[in-house]
Amino acid sequence: MSANRNADNRRVLVRLLAVAALMFGFGYAMVPLYQKFCEVTGINNLLNPDDALRNTQVDTSRKVTVEFDANLHGLPWSFKPGQTSVSVHPGELVHVVYRVSNTRNHPVTGQAIPSYGPQLAAAHFKKMECFCFARQTLGPGESREMPVVFVIDPALPKDVNTITLSYTFFEVAGAAAEPAPQLRRPGA
Amino acid sequence: MGMHNKTKSRLAGLALMAWSGMALAAWELNFQAPATKAAQTVIDLHDLMMIIIVIIFIGVFAVMFYSVFAHRKSKGHQAAQFHDNTLVEIAWTVIPLLILIGMAWPATKAVLNMRDTSQADITIKATGYQWKWGYDYLKGEGEGIRFMSLMATPPEQIRGAAAKGGNYLLEVDRHLVVPVGKKIRVLTTATDVIHSWWVPALAVKQDAIPGYVRDTWFRAEKEGIYRGQCAELCGKDHAFMPIVVEVVSAEKYTQWVGAQKQQMAAAADEGAKTFSRDELMSRGEKVYAANCVACHQANGKGLPPTFPGLDGSKIATGPKAAHIDIVLHGKANTAMAAYGGQLSDGDIAAVVTYERNAWGNKTGDVVQPAEIKAARK
Amino acid sequence: MEATHAHGAGHAHGDGHSHHPKGIMRWITTTNHKDIGTMYLWFSFAMFMVGGVMALIIRAELFQPGLQYVQPEFFNQMITLHGLIMVFGAIMPAFVGFANWMLPMMIGAPDMAFARMNNWSFWLLPPAGILLTASMFVPGGAAGTGWTLYPPLSIQMGIGMDMAIFAVHILGMSSIMGSINIVTTILNLRAPGMTLMRMPMFCWTWLITGFLLIAVMPVLAGAVTMILTDRHFGTSFFSAAGGGDPVLFQHIFWFFGHPEVYIIALPAFGVVSHVIPAFARKPIFGYTSMVYAIASIALISFIVWAHHMYVVGMPVAGQLYFMYATILIAVPTGVKVFNWVATMWRGSMTFETPMLFALGFLFLFTIGGFTGLVLSNTAIDVQLQDTYYVVAHFHYVMVAGALFSAFAAVYYWLPKWTGHMYDETLGKWHFWLSIVSFNIAFFPQHFLGLAGMPRRIPDYALQFADFNQVSTIGAFGFGLSQLLFLYVVLKAIRGGEKAAAKPWEGATGLEWTVPSPAPYHTFEEPPVLTEAKGHA
Repeated sequence: MSANRNADNRRVLVRLLAVAALMFGFGYAMVPLYQKFCEVTGINNLLNPDDALRNTQVDTSRKVTVEFDANLHGLPWSFKPGQTSVSVHPGELVHVVYRVSNTRNHPVTGQAIPSYGPQLAAAHFKKMECFCFARQTLGPGESREMPVVFVIDPALPKDVNTITLSYTFFEVAGAAAEPAPQLRRPGA
Repeated sequence: MGMHNKTKSRLAGLALMAWSGMALAAWELNFQAPATKAAQTVIDLHDLMMIIIVIIFIGVFAVMFYSVFAHRKSKGHQAAQFHDNTLVEIAWTVIPLLILIGMAWPATKAVLNMRDTSQADITIKATGYQWKWGYDYLKGEGEGIRFMSLMATPPEQIRGAAAKGGNYLLEVDRHLVVPVGKKIRVLTTATDVIHSWWVPALAVKQDAIPGYVRDTWFRAEKEGIYRGQCAELCGKDHAFMPIVVEVVSAEKYTQWVGAQKQQMAAAADEGAKTFSRDELMSRGEKVYAANCVACHQANGKGLPPTFPGLDGSKIATGPKAAHIDIVLHGKANTAMAAYGGQLSDGDIAAVVTYERNAWGNKTGDVVQPAEIKAARK
Repeated sequence: MEATHAHGAGHAHGDGHSHHPKGIMRWITTTNHKDIGTMYLWFSFAMFMVGGVMALIIRAELFQPGLQYVQPEFFNQMITLHGLIMVFGAIMPAFVGFANWMLPMMIGAPDMAFARMNNWSFWLLPPAGILLTASMFVPGGAAGTGWTLYPPLSIQMGIGMDMAIFAVHILGMSSIMGSINIVTTILNLRAPGMTLMRMPMFCWTWLITGFLLIAVMPVLAGAVTMILTDRHFGTSFFSAAGGGDPVLFQHIFWFFGHPEVYIIALPAFGVVSHVIPAFARKPIFGYTSMVYAIASIALISFIVWAHHMYVVGMPVAGQLYFMYATILIAVPTGVKVFNWVATMWRGSMTFETPMLFALGFLFLFTIGGFTGLVLSNTAIDVQLQDTYYVVAHFHYVMVAGALFSAFAAVYYWLPKWTGHMYDETLGKWHFWLSIVSFNIAFFPQHFLGLAGMPRRIPDYALQFADFNQVSTIGAFGFGLSQLLFLYVVLKAIRGGEKAAAKPWEGATGLEWTVPSPAPYHTFEEPPVLTEAKGHA
């Protein structure tokens, strides 16, 4: 094999290895890309407060039913919406509460993750204030009322007349004892 | 619709049978009988595709088999040497493309309809647990009803120690009851791993993902009992978490809702009652068989190291408070779930009593619902 | 196949190479593409047997309703290992083996571009195979998640999961190195005068497969690494608790997983594109459109991944997009099938075993393609996702597609490798037993899926009993038929009718210009291609 050919081979090798390395990186890049995609399309904007809608008109011509749901994931808490549903006009500022209490005799930290059904409603569900933007630590036996303030974007498609807002509280293991590791999502 | 569809179904069915050569009546060859319009749409779409596919298949392979029989060397056939024909090649690229677009059109309409969850009459949340389903009636008639639905097939039938019943693996202790003709929106979520809520006759399948809710819907056209299963591998007992939907008339549904509300009120009152040891033991055995047996096993020996035994264990023979605590709150980072939210005070009292007095455990302890209520705070 | 390399008359070159080590050291140190190809093929066959035994355990348990032989958790381990071993241990190495053996001879090259790396990429495989198989015996057993390794279930598993992850890493590294080698060989070592568009079809399919592998194996490696760090190092890529999303894994996995299907299928297409013209004694129809079809299949395969995820609850626009893109794949796939049929048309056909397997491939792969089209329809897929219909579909594509084509390749090239003709009667028996038992095993699974039987369950409702019984009988028949295959191959290695340099009348290509068995070194001087020779 000539030296020339070896050099050619090596050049192809290096390029292909670079492609492999890039694709490994791409696998990881899918994580932020996916999040970005979900945020842009509003499927999954979890932890950032939305900006208040400017110049929104309250659309009094229709009403949307918002249902509230609560889930616990391995947390010794009780967690319930203060109301099962509300009927609101798009564009109207709505205040609701969730009730949570710690049933253990030691402090427990949790993080709530919101989720919407149907998913496409997520883009039009603007939360100004939410307990899900930060971790919540409840002392032994402590109960708390936690507010959620939101506006339904009047741009919500006309055929959507029911939205479910569902939270799942996850335990943040060991968070009470040690400094909390940063969530990877911005704004956490 | 009607007549035309039936003919189509029959044609597709015949084609399938001819294709398989297994035209035995008792053997299920096609989808389950539909109970919703969506399920009928799926069958119609599938029939349409099968007809097109079978025709193309027969066309292509008729040519191939003709060639195989006619153009063989043993018959002295001389090989032609052509190897290109642009016109033919363009034709067999463009024509399939047109056929495929034709197929995509009705599919698109069906998908848009399937995903339209608006204007629901009743919203029910289905939560997947390892390995059972929990239902919460969130909105509409029956709001506030919540219960767990566990497989009712006894383990003896699975192990072959007893004859298998007619609805083997497809029976649960509490049916999901819904009224006929109403739009039922189902929210799915899960507490541990991904499950999938599937009832074939309703053409509803939706993954249940921990931390997120997804939604789907159905409107049953006929009263009846429709059975399905978890469709996403969720661990050991994935095969044993069936779904049973009972569609009833509006009146029956109202009655059922009333009965449920009464039952729930009764369960909430249990904290004040005291039960005898025998009552608790026999109830505890049932609760144990329904909730605990999958991991801890009927003989209390568990399946170590993942699922520890209870027979002679520190928890089940040690202080009562720790035992109640682990049943109520579960144990972090293990498969032991928190049953506080799933079982009533009476059930937990019974199962703890049972565990402390079954097998080789002879603590003699009797746990009353009041203690559970106190432990919940 | 070892006998191939005995230093017989075929060894045309008496230079320094004759000093290579003997016995086991020869195989450990070899950099010869033929030796390495042989090792790949034997490794793949061994893994095929291991994965096959697992399949039979699964089918035995499913013979009747109820739990008879295994516990549900062990059943889950079997389906996981069966999938991983068959995909990464059996089918992929088999085609890398064919590539190693035949590519240099097809393009008139003396060896692979990176001979030393070739040795490494093979020797990574046995440790990975052992790691996977041995994970059954650690506490908690092997991963019980199915080969798709979906979290959070895979986060719950024991150490067997970590072993599977490492095995996937090693297998991935091996495939990437193997692919780099193959791509470089094809790009740089072609004999003078062999332009890309005169290259044999097998080279074309492997060139594109190589690129696909290099592009997607690292993505899989990334995905399983994320699971590993989620399991042990407190990251939460796939856990909602930490701001991740379990569905994200499915996106990354299938971004790898769908091209993977074509990584398996394309070289199989390549083999069939050699066998059919050889036994029809007629050049391949539409060479150029074949090349374009392969390239477009490869490209489209990158943009259809989420059709495996129609029921995870993605937005309806996503469901529609992935449905349209998936349906589109049927067009180039159809072109290939039409081209093969047109190649046979007005040929002068004979039906030796390789041709039988190629025809079996064509017939059954088309069924698998059509059921794929049914599944691409989102509305129908909602009913069929995660049922036995899907199991039937991908076994028609993987077994009747890739495996049958691999059998065709073995019978087609066995005379070149061993210098002997295999036993034609037994070969035909192998074909007929395989195709009949395969259909008995897998055709009924379509009906099971339609009737509503979920996949990955060790026990099922009574209405599914009949077809499951039939399927199990077929599966055992199929498994046992493969012992006949082993016997036929061993018999051909040990002796038999001497094979001519070109044992098949209609075969074309440079590989048939060297003697049978192929000498240890071939084309040390590149051959000269005349204009008339053209492509295979």
